[in-house]
Amino acid sequence: MIEAKGLTKFFGDYPAIEDVSFRAEPGEVVGFLGPNGAGKTTTMRILTGYTPPTSGTASIAGHDIQTQSLEARRAIGYLPETVPLYMDMTVRQYLSYMGALRGLSKQRIRSRVDDMFSLCRLEEYTDSLIGKLSKGYRQRVGIAQALLHEPPVLILDEPTIGIDPRQVVETRQIIRGLGGEHTIFLSSHILGEVSQVCDRVMIIHEGRIVAMDKAENLSESLGGTTRIILEVQGGAQNEITRILAGIPGVQSVEADESSGELRFIVECEPTGDLRAELARRIIERGWGLVDMHTAGLSLEEIFLQLTARHEQEEEDSASTEPEPA
Amino acid sequence: MNVRHIQTIWMKEIRTYFSSPIAYVIAAVFVALTGFSFALSVESRFPEATVRGFLFGPTGAFFLVILMTPALTMRLFAEEAKLGTMELLLTAPIRDSEIVLGKFLAAFTMMLAMFSLTLYFPLLLIWFGDPEILPILTAYAGLVLMGSVAVAIGLLGSSLTSNQIVAAIVSLAVLLLLWLASFVATLGGPGSLWVDFIRFLSLNDHLRDLTFGILDSRDIVYFLSLTAFFLFITSRIVEMRRWR
Repeated sequence: MIEAKGLTKFFGDYPAIEDVSFRAEPGEVVGFLGPNGAGKTTTMRILTGYTPPTSGTASIAGHDIQTQSLEARRAIGYLPETVPLYMDMTVRQYLSYMGALRGLSKQRIRSRVDDMFSLCRLEEYTDSLIGKLSKGYRQRVGIAQALLHEPPVLILDEPTIGIDPRQVVETRQIIRGLGGEHTIFLSSHILGEVSQVCDRVMIIHEGRIVAMDKAENLSESLGGTTRIILEVQGGAQNEITRILAGIPGVQSVEADESSGELRFIVECEPTGDLRAELARRIIERGWGLVDMHTAGLSLEEIFLQLTARHEQEEEDSASTEPEPA
Repeated sequence: MNVRHIQTIWMKEIRTYFSSPIAYVIAAVFVALTGFSFALSVESRFPEATVRGFLFGPTGAFFLVILMTPALTMRLFAEEAKLGTMELLLTAPIRDSEIVLGKFLAAFTMMLAMFSLTLYFPLLLIWFGDPEILPILTAYAGLVLMGSVAVAIGLLGSSLTSNQIVAAIVSLAVLLLLWLASFVATLGGPGSLWVDFIRFLSLNDHLRDLTFGILDSRDIVYFLSLTAFFLFITSRIVEMRRWR
């Protein structure tokens, strides 16, 4: 549905993105993750036909974004980072105008606009001026205009930025509900959001893709260890640490009292599940096992590792270059 | 070119004009000041039964078109750039040229509506006098042709910036230059190529014949090609904005 090959964009001498390639299959929700200024918006603007790439190609639903720009644009619903709204129009006028721009017939505009009111829960504000709506509602109007013409591909740039937490949850639900029917490409700098909403995550750092995989695979492939978190009552910290560290397969044990409870973070070798063994050893001693759960690396940690690794590689390759004679 | 796309843009812009006070204010000032010019001309010691009276002079229609068109057009692209809706337009499945043409036609329509408010001047002339009809028709043709050039220049100014004031000032400067070109030309001696060229560019000289009832195809070609030229530049600038 979306296919990008070697997209590169220079602004002057400065590369905003370099050699960005990826595919998104029909119905897939792909998250695009990276800090501000990493090149997310630039990539999206290229895909939507707003700005041409310096080199590389991309196609949307089989249409090349440069040679068949209008066909490609017709297949896209786009929500830019700053939601593009006319403040002096009502929600209905605005959506009808957007429908006309996308070439929908009059009847179709009428029925689709009504569909959007219920899908994005805008029923109460159909004839309010957009300028009078709260930020969260404006965001919904922005999503509604992107969905209006039932595009096979949705490109959403930071769809939950700047709205209150309850609305963030609602917006994520709407997006999650759209996956399957639409191919969705959404960007975010909030790692948790991407892992909740997306099938696949792509991480961009300083204009380059540094990782691309399923969210859970990313943590597995990087983690190397399985992490088990225990909460124990009724024992001395040193004693418990000594016992846990003595169990075969345990690599390290770290005690943590910061939360007021005595917690242990146990790093295990990835082979086999040590949870039953850990529980047995603690119960044997007469201590209370209050909580036990496994934790993969969080996306935050993956992200830090990846970007650090990426920088390390760059430094290495820079230092191995032969010294000029 | 898809007529439906142009029509969509046109309708949206017309609706925006009617929902803001700018167009009403401009039309009211235009009718009042041209009416003042007209009244002066028919009340003068040597009244003539022509519409030239309301066209020329500092409160005449020609000069008012130059002063007021930038206010009418400054919003068209500058505001889209400021609101971020430019991104919406440029990623919609329509061509840049269709956007430019739709916006041009909307502002031009407003201008025609404004001109139509002055039609009672010739009606008064016909009612109370016995004017020649042909010069009245060609004078209005001149006004309409000049209006199209002014709107095209205003649109160009608006496409250059996201600041409406800057857009208006740039358009006003270009329009004034074209208006004053004939005065500049009088400074040079006759026969020089430059003087002829500057005189050729001048709006003034091309309008004068039309107000006397002389319909010269060269004048019409001048206005139409100037309009087309500025519209072409505008759509190139809109296209260039994509590269930034």
